[in-house]
Amino acid sequence: MKKIIAFVLCTLGIALVWGAWEAHTSGQLKQTKITNVGSTALQPLTEAAVPGFLKKNSQISLTVQGGGSGTGISQVQAGAVDIGSSDVFAEQKAGVQAGQLKDHIIAVSGIVPIVNPNLPVRNLTSQQLRDIFTGRIKNWQVVGGPDLAITVINRAEGSGTRVAFEQVILKGRPAMVTQEQDSNGTVKQIVANTPGAISYVSLPYVNQSVKTIKLNGITANSKNIITNKWPLWSYEHMYTQKHAKKEANQFITYMQSPVIQKKLIKKAHYVSVHDMEVQRDANGKVTPMKGEN
Amino acid sequence: MKNWEKYLMGPSKERTQERVGRGITGLSILMIGLLVGIILLFLVGKGSQLFLKDGVSFQEFIFKTVWAPGNEVYGAASMIITSLLVTMVAGLIALPFALAVGVAVTEILPPITKKIIQPIIELLVGIPSVVYGLIGLTVVVPIVRQLVGGTGFGIIAASVVLFLMIMPTITSMIIDAFQAVDQDQRRASAGLGATRWQTITRIVIPAAKGGILTALIFGMARAFGEALAVQMVIGNAAIMPSIQGSAATITSVLTTGMGNTILGTPANDALWSLALILLGMSLVFNLLMHFVTRKEA
Amino acid sequence: MTKAERIDRIATILILLLALAVVGLVITVLGLILIPGISHISWHFLTSSSQSFETGGGIFDQLFNSFYLVVLTLLISVPLALGAAIYLNEYAKQNWFTDSLRLAIEVLSSLPSIVIGLFGYLVFVLKWGLDFSLLAGALVLTILNLPLLTRTSETALSQVPNLQRQAGLGLGMAKWQVILKIVLPAALPGILTGAILSAGRIFGEAAALIYTAGQSTITVNYQDWNPFSPTSFLNPMRPAETLAVHIWKLNTEGLIPDASAVSSGAAAVLVLTILLFNLGARLIGHLISKRLEK
Repeated sequence: MKKIIAFVLCTLGIALVWGAWEAHTSGQLKQTKITNVGSTALQPLTEAAVPGFLKKNSQISLTVQGGGSGTGISQVQAGAVDIGSSDVFAEQKAGVQAGQLKDHIIAVSGIVPIVNPNLPVRNLTSQQLRDIFTGRIKNWQVVGGPDLAITVINRAEGSGTRVAFEQVILKGRPAMVTQEQDSNGTVKQIVANTPGAISYVSLPYVNQSVKTIKLNGITANSKNIITNKWPLWSYEHMYTQKHAKKEANQFITYMQSPVIQKKLIKKAHYVSVHDMEVQRDANGKVTPMKGEN
Repeated sequence: MKNWEKYLMGPSKERTQERVGRGITGLSILMIGLLVGIILLFLVGKGSQLFLKDGVSFQEFIFKTVWAPGNEVYGAASMIITSLLVTMVAGLIALPFALAVGVAVTEILPPITKKIIQPIIELLVGIPSVVYGLIGLTVVVPIVRQLVGGTGFGIIAASVVLFLMIMPTITSMIIDAFQAVDQDQRRASAGLGATRWQTITRIVIPAAKGGILTALIFGMARAFGEALAVQMVIGNAAIMPSIQGSAATITSVLTTGMGNTILGTPANDALWSLALILLGMSLVFNLLMHFVTRKEA
Repeated sequence: MTKAERIDRIATILILLLALAVVGLVITVLGLILIPGISHISWHFLTSSSQSFETGGGIFDQLFNSFYLVVLTLLISVPLALGAAIYLNEYAKQNWFTDSLRLAIEVLSSLPSIVIGLFGYLVFVLKWGLDFSLLAGALVLTILNLPLLTRTSETALSQVPNLQRQAGLGLGMAKWQVILKIVLPAALPGILTGAILSAGRIFGEAAALIYTAGQSTITVNYQDWNPFSPTSFLNPMRPAETLAVHIWKLNTEGLIPDASAVSSGAAAVLVLTILLFNLGARLIGHLISKRLEK
């Protein structure tokens, strides 16, 4: 019995050493490793783009992970990863030397208020939405709905979606203290299951389990987003250090290329950066796009 | 030296074996000790930043009830209370159920039931928190909404979900604790004319007390540290807990905030301080348990 | 009927009722998971890769990763925990040092998995340069499981009657031999329960793995049996998304239209997998203890 075990272990050991040597000499280890962490909202899009990219660049090994925008920016700043994705401007995050980072905009994502599907409210004005999220309106009756308490579900403080929402809708007023959730999926689940609930999610995540709300009579769609008629949108960024690895830049260029922008981004219900007719800076100022980007 | 001399005078085979055994096991305990040490140091280091570097006072952190990282106000009192509350409630509901199952399968029902029930209960240990969270959201929260009113989110729903999550661990460990009680003790008790209930309460449970407490500690520890499921049903608003309203536990705030804060900023340091508080509380809790068991032993 | 007998009768009924309630609860929970999920399980679902945007994705890679991670973690944590438990129970004197060690290990068990996960991320993934990898995930899960494993092993060892040890020692066996040949086999069922419980927790853990083993899977080659090749399915240095992490991701940031169906299907598969794993482990444990008893 012992001899058998010893024999098996020895063979295994030899096989491992041989394998290591083989892998080493065959040059597979010469791959350049690129790591991307950050925004969980951007992750599915990036992941979907990876196979196409690797097909052309077999010398690169690319890992895409989530972790949140804050993690993405901190880690790229610390030099721990090559690309940090984020759905907020690095300038909007306290404690970041945004000047040391290079911003690459990958896509635009609409943000849309959602309510429980049984609620017969279709439209809200910006003012009403603001009053709901600051806690001044507490019942749906006030905005033309049934006599039902409003359950406000906010996004986690510092999350990209919330930063954009506060910038455009709340305009500096503090949000009420209320339920906070940190992901589009969870928010959707809760709104779908709670009568009288309202929240907001990124447009790509909307499905029939929740109902979207028109803002000032305008529908959230890409046509309205590119002109800023629908003002609730945010950029999806990829940050690198000023002097990034060549391979990291290669991947970002690929993400911005027509292959991704014209097909994948549309399919995932994001808006291509090339279609935008306006641009927005970190302070929320919107200006018309100058020429082609 | 001749061969037989060497054999007689040198260390025996047993002695060498003994050394090897002691070495191996000593090494593993050393490694674990080292690992635990590193983690504790790491947490103390990270968790004290808020107080040392960012100038938040420890008392304020512990006793203040307003948590608003955006305005640099860090008061964790409401979360500490909520965490304690839901853990206690979940543990206290789970214990009688777990004890009943333990007694039923080891003392009352034929042995085959243990063989069936234990693996099934252990199945529940491996179900991901998110799935528990979803069950909580779609089943527990609506029921609470019907019975108690309000939105249904809050400490009641959280306690129920935590109870579901920790009951399997506690039950399985309690079954093992009962199983380990010497059969002779039961026979002796029965021989003296005790009824089954008397044997259970006076012999089996006292004998298995250590195991029961360990089971409870582990179950409650898991409840204390659970985040993903609780976050979905408790309403996740860092305010004082009430019967109807939302609340938030230390871990649910920790999980929500981690990905959205920048490493090294006060907002992020505050989250690590929460982890440190969690560690401290669990330390106190464990010490208390040890103290209680030792006193009675 | 005496008073004691009447109490006994009533208590028995009460206990059985409570136990029945638990069984009912367990069946309800399992039903809530299995019923919506089982209809989604198909051969295609089990054997194809997952999708990012389209319907019809499977869970093959995640299922394999879960298994592989359980094996890797148990390979690291069981010997470690067992060694520690043996040392604590058989060799160490009862003093403040071993007491505080026990306490420290127990305190570890209440840390939320996200904290352990972030520790793993900052230390294993970044500082030690393991990157997002199965190995980093296994190390983090080892930390998560050590308390339970050490504690259950220690309890199991301490419940072996001292008489058996004395008999072995009396025959002139070394203490180490007594432990290996007599104590361990007798304690095996208890140790096994600990291992099964922790394997279950590994199958179900998501928060700790998000930052360590990662939440995306690279394409791997299932014909490549060389664990050092970067694309081999056996390579412990590759990032790997487990089934539980996949379920978590589907429910938080899933973009596929059939996210909830895939999620409930995956949850059902997970439950059935754990069931098979538990039964298998118990069977093997049974065979081993039979063999050792001979």
